[in-house]
Amino acid sequence: MSVTPPTAERAPVSRLRSARVTLPHVVRSEWTKLRTLRSTRWTLLISVIAMAGLGPLVAAVQMSRWNQLRPHERLTYDSVTTAVGGWHLAQLAIGVLGVLVITGEYSTGMIRSSLMAVPRRLPVLWAKLIVFAAVTFALMLASSLIAFFAVQAIVAQHHVQHGLGDPGALRTVVGAALYQTVLGLMCIGLGGILRNTAGGIAAFVALLFVLPGISAILPSSVNDSISPYLPLNAGTTVATHSFGGSNHLATWTGFALFCGYAAVAITLAAVTIMRRDA
Amino acid sequence: MIEVDSVTKRFGDKVALQDLTFTVRPGIVTGFLGPNGAGKSTTMRVILGLDRPNEGRATINGRSYRDLPAPLTEVGALLEARAIHTGRSAYNHLLSMAQTHGIGRERVREVIELVGLSEVARKRAGGFSLGMGQRLGVAAALLGDPSTVILDEPANGLDPEGILWIRTMLRGLAAEGRTVFLSSHLMAEMAQTADHLVIIGRGRLIADTTVADLVTQASHDAAVIVRSPQADELRDALAADGVAIASPERGVLEVQGMTSAQVGEAAARHGIVLHELIAGQASLEQAFMRLTGGDVEFHASIFGGPEPGREPAA
Repeated sequence: MSVTPPTAERAPVSRLRSARVTLPHVVRSEWTKLRTLRSTRWTLLISVIAMAGLGPLVAAVQMSRWNQLRPHERLTYDSVTTAVGGWHLAQLAIGVLGVLVITGEYSTGMIRSSLMAVPRRLPVLWAKLIVFAAVTFALMLASSLIAFFAVQAIVAQHHVQHGLGDPGALRTVVGAALYQTVLGLMCIGLGGILRNTAGGIAAFVALLFVLPGISAILPSSVNDSISPYLPLNAGTTVATHSFGGSNHLATWTGFALFCGYAAVAITLAAVTIMRRDA
Repeated sequence: MIEVDSVTKRFGDKVALQDLTFTVRPGIVTGFLGPNGAGKSTTMRVILGLDRPNEGRATINGRSYRDLPAPLTEVGALLEARAIHTGRSAYNHLLSMAQTHGIGRERVREVIELVGLSEVARKRAGGFSLGMGQRLGVAAALLGDPSTVILDEPANGLDPEGILWIRTMLRGLAAEGRTVFLSSHLMAEMAQTADHLVIIGRGRLIADTTVADLVTQASHDAAVIVRSPQADELRDALAADGVAIASPERGVLEVQGMTSAQVGEAAARHGIVLHELIAGQASLEQAFMRLTGGDVEFHASIFGGPEPGREPAA
């Protein structure tokens, strides 16, 4: 004869028995985290305005001064390059946001909540990368297309417009979005390695914008041989319609190298996140 | 059930936890006591997979925290250090945590209601008072309706109303049959809530006992105070193995290792006059301080005399 033990002695089992940590669940969580911070929304808005607006603004100024341009400048005017030029400014916002996506969690302590919910840790990093890549690519592609069509409409008055079907035009427009997406992912990696906002942003600026400056003060033979491999120069091949010189990597080779740099940063971040105490 | 098995944790040269072993049994409130800096938070962080031990391991229901398929439904934790993005609202913070487990918005609203944050749930957590922050932390801990709850110094810095709220909540959790593991550096606070006590100092286990046993032991060890005009003769009469006698002033003895009855009878046998005989009494607080006195990391010596169990004022 069996006796039912008193129920009060039994430790309760969670009523939420169907709950499971899965990558799709973590992706949803990271999407919520990204969209619910005011700083994120502002930074993304700035990047969209820069990417969509800078090209048309420059084009409008150039068209109004068209007669003052030298004949050579008019002959080589590239409305595709002008159109996607917004990446020069937008990349700064994207890079900073990439760093903040991780370091913002470390500086506030949120990372402890994140890692307690997902103790295997790496799904948090993968989910951040997936969400950030999707959001950045969608926004930058849309902005890049807006800039492209706006600029072509502006420059039509002097008949220097391009169609999206012209050689390299579509690739450049999509490339501007691709470059910035991978840049953002690399910055998530930098943030994960350094876990400190100031350090992460310093590393991003140093790798992208300081290295070319240092390279430029080296003997020109040295500069010529390393310059094409620097992150900025390699990464932006895909967002460039017509190159100023010949010292650059082929479009997709350069971009592939840039993806390699990003992969190295992300791998180091993954190792760091797994090894370090939170 | 939480099992901490031979855990050693070093931060550089500093040993935070030294071969620490204890078990938190299910369905009761276990108090985790130790002076500041004893390693309580580190132990909890090791249990929760936030810190990786150099040796040993901690398991929850037989598994490492890291291997739990839905950790929030098994263990809920409120850490002492803040763990909330200041720019996010309470609702969105909880929602983002719930979503990692596929837990719905209904449960998020439920825990917000439970801790009484409904009115401020849409406000940025950065503007929360300490008490509201603790409530949000408790809401996060209860999100997965876990059978085990770990709380690190939940009453620290709270006003009396907040402390009362935390206590009521803890009793409620225990009454529901949940395992509660609760840290504090205040013995008095523990005596009111805990059934079992795990006491550590400098990262080592000092005692693994019940509140009742600790009181008995403390009273037994407390000194008997005796006043006599023949103090020197009495001292000789009482001298025996295991008896420690001190004389804080002329004509007064503090006797450790004997009961007041034994002291009185010994005096009578030797015909010694006693003016006063006070039985040893020790509060839990004293018992705790005596246990941890030698293991406090920082003594308040610069402020004149050691004050065991306290950190110097920062």
